[in-house]
Amino acid sequence: MEEEYRLELRNVSKSFGEVKALEDIDFKLGRNEIVGLLGDNGAGKSTLIKIITGYHRPTSGEIYFNGQKVDHLTVPKARELGVETVYQERALAELQTLWRNIFLGRELCNSLGFLDIQRMRDETNRLMTQSMGFTSQAIGPDSRVGKYSGGEKQGVAIVRALFFEAEIIVLDEPTMGLSLKEAAKLVNFVKGIKQAGKSAIFIDHNIFHVYDVADRVVVIDRGKVAGEFLTKNIGLNELMDKMVHVAETGSFD
Amino acid sequence: MLPKLAVSISEYKWMDAMNSQTNETLPAVTQRYKVPFNFRRFVRTNSAQLGILGVFLGLWLTFIISAPSTFLSPRIYTAFMTSTPFFAIMAIPLTVIVIAKEMDLSFPSIMAMGMVAFSFVYNQTAFMGSTTASTTLRVGLAIIAALLTGAIIGWLNGIIIVKVGIPSLVVTIGTQFFWRGAVLVLTSGANFPLEYIKSTIFYPLFVGKIGGFLPMQMVWLIIVTIIVWVLLNRHRFGAHVYLTGDNINSAELMGVNTGRTRIQAFMLVGLVSAFAGLISSFYIAYFWPNMGSGYLLNTLASVFLGGTSVFGGTGTILGTFLGTFIIGSIDAATVAVGLTGFLTQLIYGFIIVLSVIMHTYLRKRGE
Repeated sequence: MEEEYRLELRNVSKSFGEVKALEDIDFKLGRNEIVGLLGDNGAGKSTLIKIITGYHRPTSGEIYFNGQKVDHLTVPKARELGVETVYQERALAELQTLWRNIFLGRELCNSLGFLDIQRMRDETNRLMTQSMGFTSQAIGPDSRVGKYSGGEKQGVAIVRALFFEAEIIVLDEPTMGLSLKEAAKLVNFVKGIKQAGKSAIFIDHNIFHVYDVADRVVVIDRGKVAGEFLTKNIGLNELMDKMVHVAETGSFD
Repeated sequence: MLPKLAVSISEYKWMDAMNSQTNETLPAVTQRYKVPFNFRRFVRTNSAQLGILGVFLGLWLTFIISAPSTFLSPRIYTAFMTSTPFFAIMAIPLTVIVIAKEMDLSFPSIMAMGMVAFSFVYNQTAFMGSTTASTTLRVGLAIIAALLTGAIIGWLNGIIIVKVGIPSLVVTIGTQFFWRGAVLVLTSGANFPLEYIKSTIFYPLFVGKIGGFLPMQMVWLIIVTIIVWVLLNRHRFGAHVYLTGDNINSAELMGVNTGRTRIQAFMLVGLVSAFAGLISSFYIAYFWPNMGSGYLLNTLASVFLGGTSVFGGTGTILGTFLGTFIIGSIDAATVAVGLTGFLTQLIYGFIIVLSVIMHTYLRKRGE
């Protein structure tokens, strides 16, 4: 079964009460593939990724990881399966210290639940100096995340996603609120995910960024998959025209 | 046309995260992170605790200067350590609740309800006889029943708040009335003596005096303080409490079970409140159905006085501990200093409002 997908959703629907957020979504993520999700506000992109990360339970449909069906996906289970997420809202606890944020929801502790604080601070310091490239005096394992700039906060969210052996990295609007330079940094970082042999789902408003990094683009509109394209087969201008057309009419034709 | 990115790959430090990730995860040997002690940073990171310590020492000094004969003799301290722990012991787990951005107003009723369970079990085990040994056993079982009742009521609070999704302030206003009502119905509103406890080991264990100076309830307060401090600062439970209170959405997205964490916090308050009910009724060997009702605002005031934020996510056990003794000493001190007792509430209010303003200011500076 060499052809199996890293992640596959079959006929996934999600309703919030009367509102149908997603309808019969089929979605596949291959090994070492970067898929860009495009769609207007409220198209269902965030709902889709929150199903993948186990935050929302689908109303119907099936989820497969590496060809294995997974029932009752929860956030801890998804993280165990190697899904790490950089959320749009960053999912940081701003009054807490950096080390508590890096290990948010995955504290290093012994079997009785007592924390290994020194280890977490050591690791945070290592990640900070080696990986995040933070050199500012104001940033240390014990500094509060609320003080950081937008780019620094995003850096924390990304490094956190990578620290725990991610196989699938989900990035939801990661460039939002970033400066041009920081956004460029991020785009290259996503390319790095591919080089490292991992998979990623990349959501962004900026179609240039998505086109630049994605192998495949999936367009979502009004809770349905409106179409998908391999970026090597479609030009940027053509894709943009199609996006506008979809937004106006709901279909590609 | 794609805009050309005018930055070289080597500049992207984030890339290194990828590389280090593929080669090694959680390497066994990491350079230890140590920071040399820095006085200014110490002051900044502990500003809330230092602030309330300042208020505490300032008041103490004022008391000593105004009434030296009272405040330089050990008797007044024995008095403080006798009466303050009855409510201080509940302020400690209540701090955990407030850090988790929840509220519990039902603890005074839990105190009384625990004692109802206590006397129920004691009375139902009358067949065991009333020799010293069997009384001790019966009281022991009754204590377990009281603690269990407290934990169960706390669990119920938590379940209603988490599963039904009603704000804890509203739920615990309701359960506070409910359990007080249950106490009044079950006891027909009657007081009753608990003389029998005096023959058991539990009497000296809970409310005895070590060396004729240190009341046991103070020892229990210190034990509870240490246990809850460890839970809050050195255990995953406490980490999740801070995260839940800081940003419940982030905590849930990252897989923290915020519901379970909050239910556990409410159980902790229930358990300790039942224990507070035990020590305060043991102290006078008497049960009265309104017990605890005077403690509601004192206890809450101690938590906020200690620098715990009502917005959740920040707060310290040590701050609350100092806060309880400020609250606990003002009453006696006002009289000892020679002021009329009518002034105590005014002074309470003044100190609480000033301290909360101080904490808000310190928090803004600290961030």
